[in-house]
Amino acid sequence: MNVHGNAITFEVNGAPATVSVHPLTRLSSVLRDELRLTGTKVGCDAGDCGACTVLLDGEPACACLVPAASAEGRSISTVEGLAGERLSALQASFLHHGAAQCGICTPGLLVTATALLARKPKPSVAEVQDALGGVLCRCTGYRKIVTAVMEAWRHEGDLVHGFPQAGKAVGSSPRRLDGLPKVKGEETFGADGFPLDALAVCVVRSPYHHARFSFGDLVAWRKANPGIVAVFTAADIPGRNVFGVIPAFADQPALAEGIVRFRGEAIALIAAERAAMADLDVTNFPVLWSEEPHALSVHDAQKPGATLLNAGRPNNLLTAGLVERGDPEAALRAAAHVVSGAIETSWVEHAYIEPEAGFARMDGDTVVISACTQAPHMDREDTAQVLGLPLEKVRIMPSATGGGFGSKIDVSVQPLIGLVALKTGRPAALAYTRTESMTSTTKRHPAEMQATIGADADGNIVAMTFEAIFNTGPYASFGPTVANRVPVHASGPYRTPNYRAAGRAIHTNGPNGGAFRGFGVPQATIAQETLYDALADKLGMDRLEFRLRNALRDGDSTVTGQKLESGVGIEACLTALRPHWSRALADASAFNEQHRERRRGVGVASCWYGCGNTSIANPSTIKAGITAEGKVILHQGAVDIGQGANTVIAQIFSDTLGLPLADLELVGADTTITPDAGKTSASRQTYISGKAAQKAARALRESITRCANVSSGAQLSFEMGTIVIREGEASRRVELGQLPLDGEGYVFCVQESYDPPTEALDEKGQGKPYAVYGYGAQIAELEVDMRLGTVKLIKITAAHDVGRAINPLLVEGQIEGGIAQGIGLALMEEYIPGRTENLHDYLIPTIGDVPEIESIIVEVPDPEGPFGAKGLGEHVLIPTAPAILNAIRHATGVLPAKVPATPTRILEAIRAKEAAP
Amino acid sequence: MIRYAKPRDIDEALALLGEAPWKIIAGGTDFYPALGSRPVLENVLDINALKTLRGFCETDAHFIIGARTTWTDVIRQNLPPAFDMLKQVALEVGSPQIQNVATIAGNLCNASPAADGVPALLALDAEVELRSQAGQRLMALDAFILGNRKTALQPDEMVTAIRIPRKVLSGTSAFRKLGARRYLVISIAMVAARLVTDPEGRITDASVSVGSCSAVAQRLRQLEATLIGLRTPGEINRAIGSDPLAPLTPIDDVRGSAGYRLAAARELVRRTVRDALGLAEAEAAA
Repeated sequence: MNVHGNAITFEVNGAPATVSVHPLTRLSSVLRDELRLTGTKVGCDAGDCGACTVLLDGEPACACLVPAASAEGRSISTVEGLAGERLSALQASFLHHGAAQCGICTPGLLVTATALLARKPKPSVAEVQDALGGVLCRCTGYRKIVTAVMEAWRHEGDLVHGFPQAGKAVGSSPRRLDGLPKVKGEETFGADGFPLDALAVCVVRSPYHHARFSFGDLVAWRKANPGIVAVFTAADIPGRNVFGVIPAFADQPALAEGIVRFRGEAIALIAAERAAMADLDVTNFPVLWSEEPHALSVHDAQKPGATLLNAGRPNNLLTAGLVERGDPEAALRAAAHVVSGAIETSWVEHAYIEPEAGFARMDGDTVVISACTQAPHMDREDTAQVLGLPLEKVRIMPSATGGGFGSKIDVSVQPLIGLVALKTGRPAALAYTRTESMTSTTKRHPAEMQATIGADADGNIVAMTFEAIFNTGPYASFGPTVANRVPVHASGPYRTPNYRAAGRAIHTNGPNGGAFRGFGVPQATIAQETLYDALADKLGMDRLEFRLRNALRDGDSTVTGQKLESGVGIEACLTALRPHWSRALADASAFNEQHRERRRGVGVASCWYGCGNTSIANPSTIKAGITAEGKVILHQGAVDIGQGANTVIAQIFSDTLGLPLADLELVGADTTITPDAGKTSASRQTYISGKAAQKAARALRESITRCANVSSGAQLSFEMGTIVIREGEASRRVELGQLPLDGEGYVFCVQESYDPPTEALDEKGQGKPYAVYGYGAQIAELEVDMRLGTVKLIKITAAHDVGRAINPLLVEGQIEGGIAQGIGLALMEEYIPGRTENLHDYLIPTIGDVPEIESIIVEVPDPEGPFGAKGLGEHVLIPTAPAILNAIRHATGVLPAKVPATPTRILEAIRAKEAAP
Repeated sequence: MIRYAKPRDIDEALALLGEAPWKIIAGGTDFYPALGSRPVLENVLDINALKTLRGFCETDAHFIIGARTTWTDVIRQNLPPAFDMLKQVALEVGSPQIQNVATIAGNLCNASPAADGVPALLALDAEVELRSQAGQRLMALDAFILGNRKTALQPDEMVTAIRIPRKVLSGTSAFRKLGARRYLVISIAMVAARLVTDPEGRITDASVSVGSCSAVAQRLRQLEATLIGLRTPGEINRAIGSDPLAPLTPIDDVRGSAGYRLAAARELVRRTVRDALGLAEAEAAA
């Protein structure tokens, strides 16, 4: 029985379609690969994320679980069918409310919500949540999605553009500039642009945490499997087989050489025709494994005799960081009140809904790679190194990125598909499976932390000591950054005159610890902020007032001895929370008088976070040009992974130039035509790339005013092919067509860089690690089920000082999304290699797990930031988990010794306290 | 040669099952996740064209649910209060996307210790109707599921229906599922309960079962017997509090510890019985 090539006929978005595929082919694959309807996304291939939701005869189903045969005779609706001449009301509402960030989950949400609205045009919050419970989003925190669905009936399908006038962009919330393709399902993510003739690439990976291996007869295996074009191993790598985000520490092979050091490490590539790959059984790939003893924990990795994972790093110590100021031991001895505690965190997976994906092709002798990323120029450097090519022979043309949160700074598919394209001359495409994405890429570092904090009798902090061991996995990635950033931040935004904080990153056979929203600071803040509650209790002080008393203020020095002259916003954030705090405490106490089985609690925690790299250069460069036709083109190289850089950088640029935002055209982060705006990490893009954009806009203005021989204060307006310059009564016209063109077709072109003015830290960690800090504080209100140990969140109130909210709607989006990840960190997320390598065993918050969020945007301008702006992306996650833990402690009197605070851990702590004498 | 077949009627399906071993696919919600990115390497019998296997019907002795009936079908069907727990189960299976395609028999055949449908169907004394070319046989659900991912299904057989004896269609029922997040969650523990009371409110019949706390969900027969004749919340709570929960053999895993599961199961039993009896959350009595 030949089951290939059976014709299956159905209807897609009202049009007939016939495909010839194996009847068990997943419908998601039929839509994407056969019909090229790539608006339907694949996030897990297991029904766990809902990204592939389509409507089957009007009912939502995961297309990844529907056999092609079941489509026969059915009517299928996908995101591509939602808009007609105009957007659907729901799509318009999504744009209006900022419900799409990266956009990878947006099609699944839109399709699912469309079915809900068809039967319930004005749904309640609970109805929206019940309907959308099967679609995961990692960016937004869901609240704007709920609102967008509930309010869809108000939208006629017309875009309320709301684009601000010239000079009014900063501080307004126009819809995101890259939003339209996201709601139409037209955005091209890593797996969406594969050329039809691309070779499919499959990565062979280690099933062991630590093993030696050798290959059998690869040639014979290839020949036995028709359709395989090539098999590549480390021996085929033409350059240096090593990559890593910090060049001095780079140590990870693109393909392992005879030994694997973590489960999921790549050892070989198989390149095959797409049809052959679908039928390929790689379980018989000829490799001989010899398992070695492994150490998953930092304790096992530091035992005498533990295998050294990197020969140059004794005791498996990757790096250590220290910040020391004053005499903490003496100050603690003299303190009126001292508290100590230890707490542990787990591996946390980024769990963006887009698994790593991309394709490579040859353009002459240049390897061109289009893949999702947070750092195109770093991808270029690592890929060129592995492929043995000069930099200019590698071009990175980033696809849209479906979430990153730190992990897509490290290369993933890039050197692998680059190798296949280079060696075969054919385009090469690779989309990681969910499990592959989870096993092979970085995680938030698990931390084991101990801290002691002392205060005087009046409640002034006198000293803190802090020690953390981070499980950094076998390769460096961002381990050094975490070990160094944490000691700088572990004091929290509080005056701490005597201080010692030490962080160590230890190599293990666990997954690589890397960058994840906050670089270790969220972990450290859990330790510090929970101890602050214990200390406030000892002092008999209100927990918020205790923090206010100790909050850093303008003119104070940080634990690195950096004097903060101005722009310190933590006092303003905590003050803004005061009324919410007293209301929440009163609510909780009223509830608790009536209930014993469930107890309410309220917690507060703060954050501060330095924007940009720690004491090392991290410039951004922004280029812009004006064409002879009068188009203003912004080469916007700050990669937008959903956070909104495309919009925010453009708002800063257009206001500085004096051009209406709507008239600006953006060119993306293609390494050949757009200069390096640095990586999207460290909450640096609004501040650093924003500042570079501001400088570029000023320079462009200056070129124009100089050309027109007017003062730089003149008013510019852009008309077709002409710039009109007005200064007082006088008006001049610059006819652009008459100006000489440069090599890129611009009549004016500028390029400006900005690098934050920081200073190196000395051996005691003293210095000026960051030029700009952002601040925030959050209150968590929740209910603990005292008999089940479960937590129900009621509300998060978040006050964040962003200096100046360039785009308030995007600020709220960041706050809500950060809080959702903080909720996951606090309550449910725990990655265990070999056990939770999918999205049903590894839990991230669903739409029903994020409570009401009230955002309070605080604006204490920073003199260094563009328009006073500070970074925000990571700050917003930091206070959430400690605020939740403090609320749990407030409700129950206990604090679990490890996060996530699962029901098991909470109930154990409650029972232990009940059993205590 | 690996085969695929999509028979049009049951006889054709049974004939195929008689020829060779097949993997049966219905909703696909377990089939595809287990397959992952690997190719299909076994014969697959696609029963999605067997229209008669979907839906509800009643006989003198039984309430019958077709094997291919989806959870959404259960939600939308008008059913007696004894089935409330099954409707509550249906709403907790994965997500609406899953409920729309996943089938009730698939949930049983997959035989996961955390299969959402099993506790409620056990509490309904469900029987599994199995057919092969040799004929039809009926098995009690607790005899059909043998262990973690193991059933008594023979290679030449398929499940064609779930039968609920009419005698259990009296009373009221409730279901609770405990997980670490709101939606799309595999349970840490879950409880289904069906109770019949006399006009004075005295319990005359009780079925209580617990899932995710043993390789196969279990009826708490000893507790059920103890509950008979009880009436006040205090009596009922005491009975539940002192029951040894002997059939439960929970394990430690990533979702919860064994000790936690046992404690949570007891609490869930307490609450589910309370729900089924229509009692308010009596905090003071806790």
